[in-house]
Amino acid sequence: MHEYSIVQALLEQAAAEARRHGARSVHRLTVTVGELSGVEATLLATAYETFREGTVCAGAPLEIRAVKARWQCPWCERTLERGAVLECPRCARPARLTDGDEIVLETLELEVP
Amino acid sequence: MCGVCGCGDPEVVSVEVHERVLSANERRANHLRDHFRERGLLAINLMGSPGAGKTAVLEATAAGCRGRKLGALAGDLATDHDATRLRAAGIESASITTGSACHLDADLVHHALHHFPWTNLDYLFIENVGNLVCPAIYDLGQAANVVALSVTEGEDKPLKYPVMFKAADLVLITKVDLLPHLPGVRLETIADALSRVMPSPLFFPVSARTGEGLPRWTAWLEERRHLLRDVATPELARLVP
Repeated sequence: MHEYSIVQALLEQAAAEARRHGARSVHRLTVTVGELSGVEATLLATAYETFREGTVCAGAPLEIRAVKARWQCPWCERTLERGAVLECPRCARPARLTDGDEIVLETLELEVP
Repeated sequence: MCGVCGCGDPEVVSVEVHERVLSANERRANHLRDHFRERGLLAINLMGSPGAGKTAVLEATAAGCRGRKLGALAGDLATDHDATRLRAAGIESASITTGSACHLDADLVHHALHHFPWTNLDYLFIENVGNLVCPAIYDLGQAANVVALSVTEGEDKPLKYPVMFKAADLVLITKVDLLPHLPGVRLETIADALSRVMPSPLFFPVSARTGEGLPRWTAWLEERRHLLRDVATPELARLVP
């Protein structure tokens, strides 16, 4: 279960941002998690609850926004149907994943003195 | 101080970050990739379920790549069995014992390379921990991701583990010598499943036991190594007056 190491990376990232802004603590974190990111939101939330204690994020709720996967033709920009062969039925070009593989720290609310 | 009334209360500010959570790993991986490219070394991140035949494929690869220097880092939760097998096959090998970690990351590989004679290799195979989930999202500085999928695992594995197969540059369908004993398994069905999770599906059916498909695989490796050199050359050329 790699959600634990994802959370550790997230906590380090949040701590670095907090230091950079001279913040005392983090009030809230918002992350986006794509459907094809390889991360399970529920497990991420559980791992976060376990590891935030004693860190700069101890009092900060984690908001997770789920992003659906979207495969698109790079040529005609048609969005492919879910479960379809990943080739544009019109242009015969390989589709490109435009959304859904991200694990991104979007925003932080920081308490600054 | 809140800055409005001077009351001394702390202020809460919202900061836009928009940075990938694994960006630190990606930076370390890019550092490794630069080292590999400078040395003209093709690094392959070999992934797959436990028992998919990753080690057997590498043993057979050694036999088919005479004249090339092969190295391998074998990631496992415990034991150094894989590295021992690979050494016996003539591949310079070391283990990365991860303890309870289900995947390798760029730091583990970087650390292992400090104690491993990699600089004169032609190919470095990083045999990841047997797992179809976690290793997919960690960049190790590889030039390509290769996934081993054995015919005994079930035709729908690509559909069940799309993240892993989406990340693959090449899928080796292993143990194809067993197909006559598996009447329910068809390569066409596996190919169809792959085409729904990989945008440009590339797969080679191989058997480490009979050697079927291995020349195609070793030719692919050689092509990718040349590609690396072609890509590296313009950069090197700029450094030479």
